[in-house]
Amino acid sequence: MANTAHAHAADAAGETRRDFLLHTTVAMGAVGAGMMVWPLISSMNPAADTLSLSTTEFNISGVAEGQRIIVVWRGKPVFVAHRTPAEIEAARKVDVSELRDPQKDEVRVKKDKDQYLILVGVCTHLGCIPLGIKANDPHGDFGGWFCPCHGSHYDTSGRIRKGPAPLNLEVPEYQFLSDTTVRIG
Amino acid sequence: MSTEKSIWRKAYEWHEERLPIVHWLDHSLGTKYPVPRNLNYWWNFGSLAMFMLAVMIFSGIFLAMNYTPHVTLAFDSVERIMRDVNFGWLIRYMHSNGASFFFIVVYIHILRGMYYGSYKAPREVLWWIGILIYLAMMATGFLGYVLPWGQMSFWGATVITNLFSAIPGVGKAVVTLLWGGFSVDNPTLNRFFALHYLLPFVIIGLIFLHIWALHVPGANNPLGIDAAPADKIPFFPYYVAKDVFGLGVFVVIYFTVVFWFPNILGDPLNYVKANPLQTPPHIVPEWYYLPFYAILRAIPNKLLGVVAMFGSILIMFVLPWLDTSRVRSANFRPVYRVFFWVFLLNAVTLGWCGSQLAEGLPLILSRIGTFWYFFHLLVILPVLGWVETPKPLPASISQPVMKAAE
Repeated sequence: MANTAHAHAADAAGETRRDFLLHTTVAMGAVGAGMMVWPLISSMNPAADTLSLSTTEFNISGVAEGQRIIVVWRGKPVFVAHRTPAEIEAARKVDVSELRDPQKDEVRVKKDKDQYLILVGVCTHLGCIPLGIKANDPHGDFGGWFCPCHGSHYDTSGRIRKGPAPLNLEVPEYQFLSDTTVRIG
Repeated sequence: MSTEKSIWRKAYEWHEERLPIVHWLDHSLGTKYPVPRNLNYWWNFGSLAMFMLAVMIFSGIFLAMNYTPHVTLAFDSVERIMRDVNFGWLIRYMHSNGASFFFIVVYIHILRGMYYGSYKAPREVLWWIGILIYLAMMATGFLGYVLPWGQMSFWGATVITNLFSAIPGVGKAVVTLLWGGFSVDNPTLNRFFALHYLLPFVIIGLIFLHIWALHVPGANNPLGIDAAPADKIPFFPYYVAKDVFGLGVFVVIYFTVVFWFPNILGDPLNYVKANPLQTPPHIVPEWYYLPFYAILRAIPNKLLGVVAMFGSILIMFVLPWLDTSRVRSANFRPVYRVFFWVFLLNAVTLGWCGSQLAEGLPLILSRIGTFWYFFHLLVILPVLGWVETPKPLPASISQPVMKAAE
């Protein structure tokens, strides 16, 4: 008999048929609730039209030597600096091992384009935009950028040198589509 | 077994002493809430309505995160939800069809109350609060339907707000106030969004009162007689289990529509952006308003039509006194039972009339239907209570069952 078989199985597991029904019902309810919560949470992630705005192209030939400009990418500022030979030299003679976030200047720029430094202009401390774009802005103690919020100093390679920020300014993914056109993202 | 209390038990008792929330829940919907043992599946629809309200609030909050209440952006923001937002199509279809299913569930809940006489003493206040919930639902549904800013949204908003222009003397001023301008425009859309977000929380408050008023006399039952304590069983686990089973069946039907027929209850014209300079040739409200729309159009006088339409709902407040019969359940009222089904059929016919152009047969039928609606409530119900001979009521819920077993 089916009932007898059930009773035996229950004895062996120390569980009754009612426990089994309760546990499977609760489990199915939890799965159902999870399946409903997932799309709701997922809807808060970037939508397709937001993701499609993930690249920005601009013409870099308009940036004169010594000039720094801001390009908007994903709603954030991207610093584009055309560095002078002196600035490049200052960035390269630093002893990398003494840096908080050790990184050579060479890996932060493209080969043969080392005058162009492209950085996400968001302080790695708490997200403010560091000053240093205009010539009369404060540039910090190392000639790069200075974050006015909590006093982080970045050098001419955008590396953190002094202040609370833990990391160098991020170098976004980008490529030179031609000598003059750059695509970020 | 050790008699020592566990740390969890102690923590629970410490908290319960300060805020007895588990105790309260247990008395509201748990083991301390006695319910008649003979409830049938028509009694599932109250909990289903609460489930649908939760679905509407949750899906609505996530829609609001992506919706823009501005006349130039609203329509496009809804299309963006449908196309670009992750699972936006699912959330919106759950919300738009959820409104229909909420009304289906509530209509069945109301009709169950009318069939089994749940509005009669001592449950009149419970019935009143139910009507208030229904009115709040109608307002919420209407406001929400305007938000996508399609052609039906716009012209529905125009027609419904113009109902208030029928008020003698101040009608025009009232409508201008509702609009915040001289036509349905951006200020109207803004306030409709704000109110559409507000009203569901008013409904939650009304549901608390509804359940409170339910707990004073306790639930009615299919026999309509007062249940003796011996004929009651605790809500948990018995009716929780039954409600959950019913919920499972309901969710299958609901999601079948959401996934496979998501536009079956909607009007395709609402996928055309609102154009304030062109009225569509045939405006219809959503299906759940159709019977009342038919009543409005049946009467060839602006003020009287509006009065009849609102009156057809407001009259329900005095239903407990219009129905003069002391017997609650239609199971023991052979004549009322026939009239109940005729009333339902009449309401469905009115609904069909409301979906048609107001001319020819539909207009004639909606006039007959409107007459019958009020005739049923104002004449048949009071008279029936006097002339009808009800079947003998059982002495208790268990008595007929015990007799059958003998």
